[in-house]
Amino acid sequence: MKQQNKIIVLVLLMGTIIALFMLYNTGPNLDYVIPRRAVRLATILLVGVSVAYSSLIFQTITNNKILTPAIMGYESVFILFQTVIVFIYGDKTFQVITHQDNFFYAVLLMMAFSFLMYILIFGKSKQNIYHLLLLGLVLGALFQTFGQFLQIVIDPNEFSVIQGFMFVSFNKINTDLLLIAGATLLGALLFGQRYLKYLDVIALGREHAVNLGLNYNKLVKIYMLLISLLVSVSTALVGPVTFLGILVTNLTYELFQTRKHHYMVWLCSGIACVALLLGQFLVEHIFNFSTTVSIVVNFVGGLYFMYLMLKTRKAI
Amino acid sequence: MIRFEQITKTYGKRLVLDNISCSLPKGKITSLIGPNGAGKSTLLSTISRLLDADQGKIYLDDICLDDYKSEDLAKRLSILRQSNHIDLRLTVRDLVAFGRFPYSKGRLTAEDQAQIDKAIHFAQLEDMAHSYIDELSGGQRQRAFIAMIIAQDTDYILLDEPLNNLDMKHAVLVMKTLRRLVDELGKTVVIVIHEINFASQYSDYIIAMKDGKIVYNDETDQVVQAHTLKEVFGIDFDIISKNGKNICNYFNIET
Repeated sequence: MKQQNKIIVLVLLMGTIIALFMLYNTGPNLDYVIPRRAVRLATILLVGVSVAYSSLIFQTITNNKILTPAIMGYESVFILFQTVIVFIYGDKTFQVITHQDNFFYAVLLMMAFSFLMYILIFGKSKQNIYHLLLLGLVLGALFQTFGQFLQIVIDPNEFSVIQGFMFVSFNKINTDLLLIAGATLLGALLFGQRYLKYLDVIALGREHAVNLGLNYNKLVKIYMLLISLLVSVSTALVGPVTFLGILVTNLTYELFQTRKHHYMVWLCSGIACVALLLGQFLVEHIFNFSTTVSIVVNFVGGLYFMYLMLKTRKAI
Repeated sequence: MIRFEQITKTYGKRLVLDNISCSLPKGKITSLIGPNGAGKSTLLSTISRLLDADQGKIYLDDICLDDYKSEDLAKRLSILRQSNHIDLRLTVRDLVAFGRFPYSKGRLTAEDQAQIDKAIHFAQLEDMAHSYIDELSGGQRQRAFIAMIIAQDTDYILLDEPLNNLDMKHAVLVMKTLRRLVDELGKTVVIVIHEINFASQYSDYIIAMKDGKIVYNDETDQVVQAHTLKEVFGIDFDIISKNGKNICNYFNIET
């Protein structure tokens, strides 16, 4: 199939699935159902774009097709943060802190984490990007264990509040939060737009990038901040969903020949939105909410991941 | 002219470049030779800003390297390292087009297209311009990377072991291309090279390094002598003169 036809198919698929998602089996109370579905749709689109965008950038700067920003431990920071506030305030948490404030703090904290790691790695000497990943991995594990420790200590009723953050759900969104997250995402995209062209060169590796006149370290710092912003948007909105990144980026590489990031980010975002919408549609109408979208996505993603591993091994 | 003064570089406790100063003549091919671990690649990486030296200054046309903006420097000096494994599906022409990035920032103009065609023609890659680089042989891929460097159109071209893992035919093709870059386009080429006979046949000057120091820096014929090479490499050489160039034999020499 030609590239253009594939793009047309993707757009049609997206239109169909959006229509299906909005209009399938609405029942008589349209005034109630449609706005609620619209909020979920908007959330899914926001999350899809942030996951696709962040994973694509992350894979390009690490030159690795099987990593997602999840490895950097952003999600552990988020869960730990939520655990700590629930630990402090107990079941009164959301009487003390609004969801908007919570989102805001979570985003700030994840960006601070990103910046801290960057300073630790690139501050003194010129280490390579794998040291950054390693540090992220270790710190992520540390935060995760610490979070788990707190989760064991607290009251089981309060733990159920935390559980709400640990699983991906598109049903808990309120409109105010959506607006803030949307504005954050838009800001990040506008900011990232002018740096997209450099990613094409960074895909060649550090040495070629430096040879072609890029300020590699500065660019990596900018991308890491952008990634942390995007990951925190998606994580704070719906929970840990970056696993989706492996699936959608690799589908993009397989389906489309282009390697211009200007196009890739949008194709990848489209695929991510289709995957999430399809997953959510299945959860709502086929499984009747007996499962969650993360399980559907992780199941399909996991199978695809294994396929990729086997394929890579064959190539060697 | 590239000039460097008192360059020192250590990896951990190991001294790799030991306070060396030298200048590389313009419009010539200069080969860096020496045993493994002598510091040749490190020196080349330092000159090309891939590595920061612990001490010392590097001057390109009498302006310190630190005073160039990175994107301006990319129009003056290019570097190609030995490991060029790229896990991307690119055609040769796409790859060569990256050489124009310092000029066009990704939006190729008609002039860029002309330069890309010129570079592909210069490296004699026309018939494989639309092949994917992951489907090429090692030698063809290396020539594609050299074409990218040619498209970058810099006065100074630094190459780290451009002949690594190439068969004789591709090695000769690469060296002839470099020779033409100097003779026809007036470029300055600096290479790290292990094959002493390629250095002897194609380069104008040779810098011999050992243990982080420069031991010889002279015209090719002066360095390619039995006693100098023995001092650098620690084995015996038999020098044969043919068509005004020296050829070294270092196989099965009775001592």
